Amino acid sequence: MPVITADQLQDSYDVVIVGSGAGGGQTAYALTMEGVKVLVLEAGRSFDPATEVAMFQLPSQAPLRGVSTPDKQYGFHDCSIQSGWEIPGEPYTNASPEPQDQFRWWRQRMMGGRTNHWGRITLRNGPYDFKPRTRFGAGFDWPIGYEDIAPYYDKVEMLIGVFGTNEGLENSPDSSPGVLLPAPKLRVGELYAQKHGKKVGAHVASIHRAVLTQAQDAETVPARLHPKNAKARGILAEHMRSRAPCFWATDCHRGCAIRANYDSQTVHLRPALATGNLDILPNAMAREVTIDRQGKATGITFIDKTSGREGHAAGRVVVLAASSQESVRLLLNSKSNLFPDGLANSSGKVGKYITDSVSSSLGAHIPAFEGMPIHNEDGAGGPHAYVPWTLHDQNRRGELGFPGGYHLEFTTGRQMPSMTTLNGIDGLAGGGATVYGRQLKEDARRYYGCNLGFGGQGTMLPNEGTFCELDPELKDQWGIPVLRFHWKWTDFEFNQVRHQQKRIRELLEAAGGKVAPKSEAEMFKTMKPGGSVIHEVGGAIMGADRATSVTNQWSQTWDVKNVFLADGAPFACTADKNPTLTIMALAWRMADHLMDELKRGNL
Amino acid sequence: MNTPGNLPRMDRRLAIQWMFTAAASVALRDSALFAAENAVAASAKPKGYGRDPSMVKLYQPGDVWPLTLTEPQRHTARALCDVIIPADDASPSASAVGVPDFIDEWISSPYPAQAGDRRIVLEGLKWVDDEAHHRFDKTFAELTSEQQSAICDDICHPAKARPEHKPAAAFFKRYRDLTAGGYYTTPEGMKAIGYVGNTPLATFDGPPVEALKHVGLA
Repeated sequence: MPVITADQLQDSYDVVIVGSGAGGGQTAYALTMEGVKVLVLEAGRSFDPATEVAMFQLPSQAPLRGVSTPDKQYGFHDCSIQSGWEIPGEPYTNASPEPQDQFRWWRQRMMGGRTNHWGRITLRNGPYDFKPRTRFGAGFDWPIGYEDIAPYYDKVEMLIGVFGTNEGLENSPDSSPGVLLPAPKLRVGELYAQKHGKKVGAHVASIHRAVLTQAQDAETVPARLHPKNAKARGILAEHMRSRAPCFWATDCHRGCAIRANYDSQTVHLRPALATGNLDILPNAMAREVTIDRQGKATGITFIDKTSGREGHAAGRVVVLAASSQESVRLLLNSKSNLFPDGLANSSGKVGKYITDSVSSSLGAHIPAFEGMPIHNEDGAGGPHAYVPWTLHDQNRRGELGFPGGYHLEFTTGRQMPSMTTLNGIDGLAGGGATVYGRQLKEDARRYYGCNLGFGGQGTMLPNEGTFCELDPELKDQWGIPVLRFHWKWTDFEFNQVRHQQKRIRELLEAAGGKVAPKSEAEMFKTMKPGGSVIHEVGGAIMGADRATSVTNQWSQTWDVKNVFLADGAPFACTADKNPTLTIMALAWRMADHLMDELKRGNL
Repeated sequence: MNTPGNLPRMDRRLAIQWMFTAAASVALRDSALFAAENAVAASAKPKGYGRDPSMVKLYQPGDVWPLTLTEPQRHTARALCDVIIPADDASPSASAVGVPDFIDEWISSPYPAQAGDRRIVLEGLKWVDDEAHHRFDKTFAELTSEQQSAICDDICHPAKARPEHKPAAAFFKRYRDLTAGGYYTTPEGMKAIGYVGNTPLATFDGPPVEALKHVGLA
């Protein structure tokens, strides 16, 4: 079974998955390794990381030095095609015209989805992150706790390959022994912040990222992941051996032809295809979940983009992993006499409780870095360090004015020059004059790589004003009704941004940076609009009560027992951690339950 | 399906942006200054590289859309690039590594974000040449480097420039940014600034001891 065209679809599959990213990929992997016959529908085209990603190409070898354009919205060499905030023919709308009420929606229409271009940051949610109602009296407790998902975090980390250190931190959990790959050495800026951050109580630790810092252990890991399945062990071992460790060059956002970092195709879909149990149909834009008279899902109707024709993929079980809001859109568009408000929506909660990471940033020039001896800081193609959230005592005492916390991500180092590398040089070197000539060349050498910056990414709990629904009029180019978003920040998020800005300033000043004072208005200008961090989750949240949630703890919809969700849609909140690792861990846990239920004949 | 009345919102916004840009350039067009543009308009309207370009291909200015500077404009552009980044013992000049072609590509771009720069650069290049004629009766490219610097020194401080030099000072800053950005993104420019990455390594050993000493970490 391979990558197919619409006329090669089999009559029926055990499971039809919509989406080939982190959630769809992990689900397909877990199911096919155990012999389940799976079809994955992907709205974008096939994509070959081995031959299509630009790793060493320079900006000067791209049009416009690689800057972003409406065609390539993260820049020319970023590993995203036919993707963007705005996609011709595939609109969405915002209910409010107010700037701070906007939601921005990144769609990645290609095989492997967003896993092609993410930063590979793989932080675990901690115990507190699943119980915000208990701990802070706000949001909703998840129906699972950390202990339910911890074994799956271990499994996913071993499968995809994650580097990092165990720090023994409160609410930023350690991995089990032998799970993590060695952390790379820190760069100058990371070490410098580690030393000077202590003055202001900032703990700089090795970050966790899905990059192989050494070859995976193909002898023991497959046995730990598939103890009772010799075939799976063999396939996985072979695929692990085909992945090269990082060669300490090139930005992970460009993708990785040597398979040193995780993307869904490389790590999940390749071994899944090797089982012979997987078909993947690209260029298939899902329209709705079909149901029978008993209210059970029977499959997915889709538009074959290559022909414009509608098709149907039949399956005993349907898994939506189209990205949280695309999955929500599918549910809302699957209307019938049995489900007049959309599928699995008897609670009225489909589309409700969307959250994103709360984010703002600040940077400074660090004089101590000027004239740094020349050396190579490329490293593992992204950050090696971060500042985890450690102010739990202040949380407990209720001193902060917001629930949860945030971690800080670094911007530092002697990165490959871009069109913005010399931004700010006139203020440093020329007293406001436009530096040119020999002085420009000298100053460029002196000031290059002297920036240190931090971006906060923090907890957002759901609120009643942040949701989506079907736009009453607008349809996309395939005739499918589009989403209309409502976005409201609350005082929790505004308070958090104030705190982020104050804390980053303290950290930069501790490192000798000068940061101009900012007004409240200027501070909030750096707050990223809803959706901009591309961590949007929720919209079909899990819960313990079917009256107030869309799925149970297994990401299985309450109303239609053979429909599951495997992306961020079941998240009951955003933690101060990036969501991708949790999406994968939940998906694997869901897949195990799905197979148990299949065996029991319950689906 | 869509009717004109319910065009997707984002498409409409984008369309308006494009229309606005196009209208602005028509309204303000100086026929001599924008001679090349008129020639382009007469043929097909240039397109971008689309939403699915080959990322691995190596591109040069002019590969995707035509360059539009006239020969006299190119002379001035080249001379000004080299005043901003001259050659020295360690590294070549901006024109030696193709920066004028990049600037031409930039101002000839079909994308809306570069449309403003097209006006600024074409008008600025004209100002620089007019000023050279006015002061020295030569084109800017024909001036000695002292004469070129004399003109640039008058327009290299946006805040302190004389009122009549303000637009030229804004141009000079933008042109410097494009020249420097274009230069330091080339292999030679990366070497000049001290970027030594983008090369595979067997191990990553962290900062060398001299770098750690430099910041008091060793």
